[in-house]
Amino acid sequence: MTRSFLEGNEAIARGAMAAGCRFFAGYPITPATSIYQQMLHLLPPSGGVCMQGEDEIASIGFCLGASMAGMKAMTATSGPGISLYSEQISFAIAGEIPLVIIDVQRLGPSTGSATKGADGDIAFLRWGNSGGLPVIVLAPVDVADCYQLTVTAFNLAERYRCPVFVASNKEIGLTRESVDLAALAVPPVEERLLAEPAGSDAEGPAARPRPFAPLPGGLVPPFIPIARGHLSRQTSSSHGEDGYITTDPALLGQVARRLADKLDGAVDSFTFFGSDWAEEDDILLLTYGVTARAARTAQRLLRAAGQRVSLLVLKTLYPVPEACILRHLLGKREVVVVEMNLGQYVHEIKRLAGTLGVRLVGQMNGELIAPQTIVEGVKG
Amino acid sequence: MSGFLNQGRPPVFCPGCAHEVVVRGLDQALQGLAVSADEVVIVSDIGCSGLFDTFFDTHAFHGLHGRALTYATGIKMARPEMRVIVIMGDGGLGIGGAHVLSACRRNLELTLLVQNNFNYGMTGGQCSATTPADGRTASGFLAELEAPLDICRVAVAAGASYVDRLSATARDLAERLATAIRYPGFSLVDIWGLCPGRYTRRNGLTLAQLDEGIDLLAAPSGPVASSEREEYGRHYRRLAATLPSPGEPLAVDPCCTASTRERRDILLLGSAGQYVNTAGEVLCLAGMSGGLQVTQKNDYPITVLRGHSIAEVVFSGEPVEYTGMGQPAAVVCLAKEGVARRGRSIAGLPEESVVIRDSRVAIPETRARVVEVDFAALGVRNQNLATAALAVLAGEGVLLTRPMLEAGIGVRYAGKMRDEALGVVQRVLAR
Ligand code: SF4
Repeated sequence: MTRSFLEGNEAIARGAMAAGCRFFAGYPITPATSIYQQMLHLLPPSGGVCMQGEDEIASIGFCLGASMAGMKAMTATSGPGISLYSEQISFAIAGEIPLVIIDVQRLGPSTGSATKGADGDIAFLRWGNSGGLPVIVLAPVDVADCYQLTVTAFNLAERYRCPVFVASNKEIGLTRESVDLAALAVPPVEERLLAEPAGSDAEGPAARPRPFAPLPGGLVPPFIPIARGHLSRQTSSSHGEDGYITTDPALLGQVARRLADKLDGAVDSFTFFGSDWAEEDDILLLTYGVTARAARTAQRLLRAAGQRVSLLVLKTLYPVPEACILRHLLGKREVVVVEMNLGQYVHEIKRLAGTLGVRLVGQMNGELIAPQTIVEGVKG
Repeated sequence: MSGFLNQGRPPVFCPGCAHEVVVRGLDQALQGLAVSADEVVIVSDIGCSGLFDTFFDTHAFHGLHGRALTYATGIKMARPEMRVIVIMGDGGLGIGGAHVLSACRRNLELTLLVQNNFNYGMTGGQCSATTPADGRTASGFLAELEAPLDICRVAVAAGASYVDRLSATARDLAERLATAIRYPGFSLVDIWGLCPGRYTRRNGLTLAQLDEGIDLLAAPSGPVASSEREEYGRHYRRLAATLPSPGEPLAVDPCCTASTRERRDILLLGSAGQYVNTAGEVLCLAGMSGGLQVTQKNDYPITVLRGHSIAEVVFSGEPVEYTGMGQPAAVVCLAKEGVARRGRSIAGLPEESVVIRDSRVAIPETRARVVEVDFAALGVRNQNLATAALAVLAGEGVLLTRPMLEAGIGVRYAGKMRDEALGVVQRVLAR
């Protein structure tokens, strides 16, 4: 079997190409820089655009412009860059601009440690936008996931017209691994639904395009790109279906609800996870990201020692795949959440677990959580 | 021609506001350009001038404060056929300063119209980057403390290839806007105007004073000869077209049998200049040649030419789970810098582990079997030490075989480099 040898960051770049990415802009930052370097290697020769912004704000701004012009776009950074992206992320949510954002997480807080891993941005990705509306966050476990979930991220961004995060980690991004690329289950590539061309201006305002009008019964407006043949409107201000500012509370409320519902209501169709689960087990180990690898070892060790331990590895973190989590809580006495931070996703699990005990094994020191640490955590 | 104005949404600025004059001037300018509405993108910023896009029936993009140029850049690179016009106030100029400088340097064909009225009108008349030192604003004495920005001078210094400054009421406004828009590169027009709502009355500013001020600040009017050059987008596409197609990632077909399919952790400890990370890669490719699955992590300081260089490699017949180092089966010690970082893991090694040690490198006391090699006596140069150590490992036969190592070298290197590496292996194994 032919296996390729590549790091998570390269797999993300190659996944992006496979998904039809035509535009990348980024600003150098460890440990995400090699995504930019790879895109610079891959995109221009194929007629795509790769740019280095003067800062992170510019880089994501370029992407928003290019995406509105119809190109599939991606940017990549780490925690300090996500901080700077924040206002533009809010815009991507409000303006329903498809965009894939890679966060190769490093140890925080603040500039933290550039070459140390962490999963410390998880809640920030979800909540770091003004208005607090939902976003999609996917979390790869290994290099193969980096490829597959990047393709998926593009598909979801196009399908739901929204920013989609891939929450990677220095420990995946800069770790090289043998992968059978040909054997990967890569989803078919999706394209954004385009609006039918509206009538010409001569027909008057009624015939003007309505860039934020979903189809009847739908929640996602067909897309009107900046292109010849029709006129598009984009605005970060609160707007109605025509893309003009509105202050009508009924309309404002409707739009906010639709932006939330289009993702919250659809998460069952993009709930990705791995599990090794039995109803008879009384403990559920729940984790995500690179920590899942150690958790698999820990589960084996615990089972070998006679403990009844199930494992759930979430690859869709947000919107929280509640149905999936609740299914896995069935028959359990306790949930042990393992994450490379001091406790973020554990709050979602506590919220769902009801009277079930929920414990955290959290570590935030730049080191991977070792299988033995998880074993000891489960034993309490 | 009916023009580009949105008939359903007439301008709604304060009476006498310069913005309204510029809206009409821009409409006239566009009419003179023989473009159709679907070829024009108006990108607006925040503040009163942020309303510009709503008054036009063209493509419209209204985003965050100071960032208009960033969106415009993406749009223009994605759709070079579009005329992209950016409208920004003096507020946007201040908060988005880095983007203005970069747009000047980049020379992408965008037109930036600065609606300069010396204050933040929409938020109540606070001072901006262009407020004169004696300007009266809602910022009280703070306005006196900072010098006003002459954006034309700054733009020229930053390499803008087209700069113009005029008053909103200039007779030739439409013409000069059209000329700027037609310019095949980045163009910046600094348009001075009155803000009756917040600034003009407070400061007793008149149109005549504005014109005087413009005359006082001599600025280029049109192309800046010393900065004229190829437009960014065309330049990008010209150079991109010459780039070779990228290859695929390194790939390996298994060609030999591994010594073991159990998980094995291997730690390479060296210093900058010893190609430790490359040796880690060769080791992984060797493992893959033996049908194993592998992971590699590297650790080195930001000073890539100085200090430690460490590679952590895991071999396994099954998919590798935890990628951290458990109990290494082998530790290669090539330099004191690497040993200093991970000395503790050597001290804790069990008897069944093996340590390959360059005889010049001191290591902590350990129960592991230590294979000491006088690489210097073998004539192995510093940059080949790591390869030589892999050959010693292969010779020990515990983790990898010589055919695996040679196959790994064959995937990683070609030509002279490969011959040299294979030569080192030969020399070490014949010792
Ligand atoms: S506040 Fe000033 S800039 Fe704003 S609309 Fe009124 S006059 Fe124009």
